[in-house]
Amino acid sequence: MLTKRIIPCLDIKDGRTVKGVNFVNIRDAGDPVELAAAYAEQGADELVFLDISATNEKRKTLASLVKQIARHINIPFTVGGGISSPEDVGPLLESGADKVSINSSAVRNPQLIDELAKAFGSQCIVLAIDARRVGNQWTVHTHGGKQPTDKKLFTWAKEGQERGAGEILFTSMDHDGTKSGFAIDPLAKLNGLLHIPVVASGGAGNEGHFMDAFVLGKADAALAASIFHFGEIKIPALKSFLQQKGINIRPGHE
Amino acid sequence: MKLSIIRYNAGNIQSVSFALERLGVDFTITDDPEQISSADKVLFPGVGEASTTMNYLRNKGLDKVILGLKQPVLGICLGMQLMCRHSEENNTDCLGIFDETVKQFIPKGDMKVPHMGWNQLKLSNGWMDPALQNKNVYFVHSFYVPVNPHTSAVTEYINPFSAAMRKDNFYAVQFHPEKSAEAGELVLKTFLRS
Repeated sequence: MLTKRIIPCLDIKDGRTVKGVNFVNIRDAGDPVELAAAYAEQGADELVFLDISATNEKRKTLASLVKQIARHINIPFTVGGGISSPEDVGPLLESGADKVSINSSAVRNPQLIDELAKAFGSQCIVLAIDARRVGNQWTVHTHGGKQPTDKKLFTWAKEGQERGAGEILFTSMDHDGTKSGFAIDPLAKLNGLLHIPVVASGGAGNEGHFMDAFVLGKADAALAASIFHFGEIKIPALKSFLQQKGINIRPGHE
Repeated sequence: MKLSIIRYNAGNIQSVSFALERLGVDFTITDDPEQISSADKVLFPGVGEASTTMNYLRNKGLDKVILGLKQPVLGICLGMQLMCRHSEENNTDCLGIFDETVKQFIPKGDMKVPHMGWNQLKLSNGWMDPALQNKNVYFVHSFYVPVNPHTSAVTEYINPFSAAMRKDNFYAVQFHPEKSAEAGELVLKTFLRS
């Protein structure tokens, strides 16, 4: 049976990981390659690297970083941040990235999803959607959740699928950083609506939250950042917990 | 040992070559028929779409080169699918080493397509190391090769399918050994020892 995936997310700025990292046995927490290798060893199923560098100039260094990651990491990984054209994607995939994620640029230009899927295949195109509840609607936001758009979560996710996205990475801005659990209801609705995998993001605070995302939210994968970086949840322990609860999961350290 | 990776428009050549580097293996990435034919072992990677890729191989004459190889050849992912007779992906005639039709997964219940993630290997008689029994390896694909007499490992998703095959000197895996952590490294090592 296909296992549920646990995905640590690393924010990258100018080639270094940002956000505080308090992680055992890491000599240099700013080195994304070393941090990624530690996660891979612990049994992470996949990794996401989000480039939050401010300028395009700095983004050019991303492909060389991707190459460094691919050289040392023996599990799949996704790269996102500032990708807005097929020309941005080619060098990242050629450098060894397995998937790229697009977000604001796809909201501005939905045709981008079609173009990327056609050029590189759906399996490597992840549509990242940041949404928060406004009134009765889950409204899509851009610019790190600051700017509301006229798009709604469910119709946008469905459109993304029809245009050729191979996976949806759904972050609830309402839950992100709260450690109060993933946004279960919209997750379950998304998973009922779509026939491509959905990654849950935003709100992980304890092991039970991951179980809820998989069991109640029907998510295919769950992503988190700080709780892993700060060692609040250790991946092998999380995986044994989920396994004991009957979730189909690849053992840590396998 | 001389190892050649067939250079064509496959998306995972870089990842495959990094995996070999990690194993400390020397290799050449080449589309030169002479270099491919004279290698001790050949890797045929693959990420992409079947018809475009087959056209590319035919235009370069690489289809005939692959068919003529007598040394161990390992097809990976699309590489394995192209070793079959035909693919439902854009109705493509392929190399025909394995007399099988590559079929498309139809989403069923909460099982989505692509089949993306880690899934278990059930070994049947074949070339895979016994230590790989029930181990998880990484898959990303929307098309699959049905279980057949040449199947060396079966994985279940929507229906049972061939995760690995072998016929004579042709070895094939549907998953990505280059992205499958230690289990994947064992697959590559086993092939390189073959």
